Amino acid sequence: MTILVDAQTRVVVQGITGHQGTVHTRGMKEFGTAVVAGVTPGKAGAEVEGVPVFDSVRDAVAATRANASCIFVPAPFAKDALIEAVDAGIRLCVVVTEHIPFHDMLVMYHYAKGKGARIIGPNCPGIASPGKSKVGIIPNVVFRPGRVGVVSRSGTLTYEIVSGIKEHGLGQSTCLGLGGDPVVGTSFVDALPLFEADPETDVLVLVGEIGGTAEEDAAEYIQHHFTKPVVAYIAGHSAPPGKRMGHAGAIISRGKGTAETKVAALEGAGARVARFPYEIPDLVAGLVAERARR
Amino acid sequence: MVKLAEWRGKELFRRYGIALPAGKVARSAEEAERAVTSGDVPLPCVVKAQVLAGGRGKGGAVRFASTPAEARAAAEAILALEFKGERVKEVLLEGKVAIARELYVSLALDRSSRVPVLITSGQGGVEIESVADSAIERQPIDPFPGLAAYERRRAARSLGLTGAAAKSLDGLLTSLWTLFDREDAELVEINPLAVVGDGLVALDAKVIIEDDAVFRHPEYAAIQDDRTPLEEIAREKEIAFVQLDGNIGVIANGAGLTMATLDVLKEFGGAPGVFLDLGGTDDAKKVTEAFLLMAEAHPKAVFLNIFGGVTRCDTVAKGLVEAMQQVPPADRFPLVARIRGNNEKEGIEILRAAGISAVPDLKASAQAVVAAAGRSP
Repeated sequence: MTILVDAQTRVVVQGITGHQGTVHTRGMKEFGTAVVAGVTPGKAGAEVEGVPVFDSVRDAVAATRANASCIFVPAPFAKDALIEAVDAGIRLCVVVTEHIPFHDMLVMYHYAKGKGARIIGPNCPGIASPGKSKVGIIPNVVFRPGRVGVVSRSGTLTYEIVSGIKEHGLGQSTCLGLGGDPVVGTSFVDALPLFEADPETDVLVLVGEIGGTAEEDAAEYIQHHFTKPVVAYIAGHSAPPGKRMGHAGAIISRGKGTAETKVAALEGAGARVARFPYEIPDLVAGLVAERARR
Repeated sequence: MVKLAEWRGKELFRRYGIALPAGKVARSAEEAERAVTSGDVPLPCVVKAQVLAGGRGKGGAVRFASTPAEARAAAEAILALEFKGERVKEVLLEGKVAIARELYVSLALDRSSRVPVLITSGQGGVEIESVADSAIERQPIDPFPGLAAYERRRAARSLGLTGAAAKSLDGLLTSLWTLFDREDAELVEINPLAVVGDGLVALDAKVIIEDDAVFRHPEYAAIQDDRTPLEEIAREKEIAFVQLDGNIGVIANGAGLTMATLDVLKEFGGAPGVFLDLGGTDDAKKVTEAFLLMAEAHPKAVFLNIFGGVTRCDTVAKGLVEAMQQVPPADRFPLVARIRGNNEKEGIEILRAAGISAVPDLKASAQAVVAAAGRSP
């Protein structure tokens, strides 16, 4: 068992004929993912990296039994692409596209939720379980199968950290990149129960950033419901304060959202907080060793 | 984000049917006087600097006038100001209204709950941060039906408005919601919203349009005039470019990695100056462009921290060596490159062969660049 994706995951790539779609279809296939279909309206019958292209998600699902979507469609059309996937019965949609207006994402999120579908992203690297499946764009080189879960709001910083864990001789169960946008389909709080329930994850690495209150919300959840050891890192603690979205934004996150409040909340919940990314592998290794002694 | 000056926000308000005082924008003292003598703006009036920073009242950027000569003098004084680093180029003149009460109303995004939220308070006219939580009402709004009638009634009740005034609020909130939704706003804020008789008049306007939605509203693309020329070039190339007060230039890819890089530099005593975030991609051509842009900012030393995901590190290294050769010798600076990921070894060899120091370890490379900046004249 893994989180969200496994050997049964059958991926349709929306926007497969674009540069990103093509490159990452190849990457996913090399990882071992069953990429069964691509969709680009008007390009039915074509083939990309050996994957058949369809005009619509409905056609793709009918022909290939695809059950997850990876969306590379440009921002102005991403909302439609997501709705199309959900209407075709897809229940896991990884949205890689960046710069989607949050007003569109609000519609996407509530529409998907109403139909029982999950969105990962947008503006995210996706999800990967080494040795099983990857939906998204996380570079294949950083992985090695293991028992460390990683959940992150960042992209390249996640690669950096996952790669550090690998170099330390440890491996990952599932790596989940949530995306850095103001509105995301899956937040830390949504992801934590999945890692808690996953028998293949022993330790969780949580990578946050300044801004918003997702880390404080996560700390709250960890304190009351999460039993596995957590190593956390918050990027941006040297950034000058005051980069906020106007007065009303400050009201919503009153007293939260800075690196200090996030670190304090996570430490209060029992997480080990790294000051710098290069401290993470040692902290993880320490927790793994502690667990082995018990 | 596209922050609109008050008068632009009010133009939107007018278009969406929100009541405003009679007003006019002026770009010179003469124009200000004419706005009053022509009858466009009744006397007495208020003259306000059109700047994006808050706290204008305390900073001398808001003045009052009872005669055309006073309006002229007030405009002249304000147009000579530099308010919190921003040159005042425009003033807004508005007739004074008989204020019975000052309220606060805004629509913003609640990221945690993933819904817009309507924020109201009976204590308008002051900075909302200074208002006690107990005096602020927040209503989460489901984006699908949008702001519902019962939610508007609830807002009226919490503000203590009844009868005709409650009806005015109902109309105003309907307009405000439509504006928030159609214009892709991140924030619409009216503070203060004045109770004038049975009506409501927006005395200020703060509207922020979301950058990512500008493709739907090309009219906003032109009004982002607060960027430096280098920032403008960076924006065109889709590179995030931020100027800080330090002297070390940082080029990284991805917001998280960029922030982590700054954190590490600071730890070792470095002062980050310009930083460039290439974004989630690691396209070699973009690295070259960013590098040339960085050269124009004249940093003392540059730290390049790239994680090569899709693009191979050797490709990035070749791009970097090429870019370094394009920089005129007089403008060259010490460079420490840390490139990791695909084909990392080959990339490092290419850099070292070109005399660029390449250190794979983050800590060691940060220390190296701080030392280089210290040595640099």
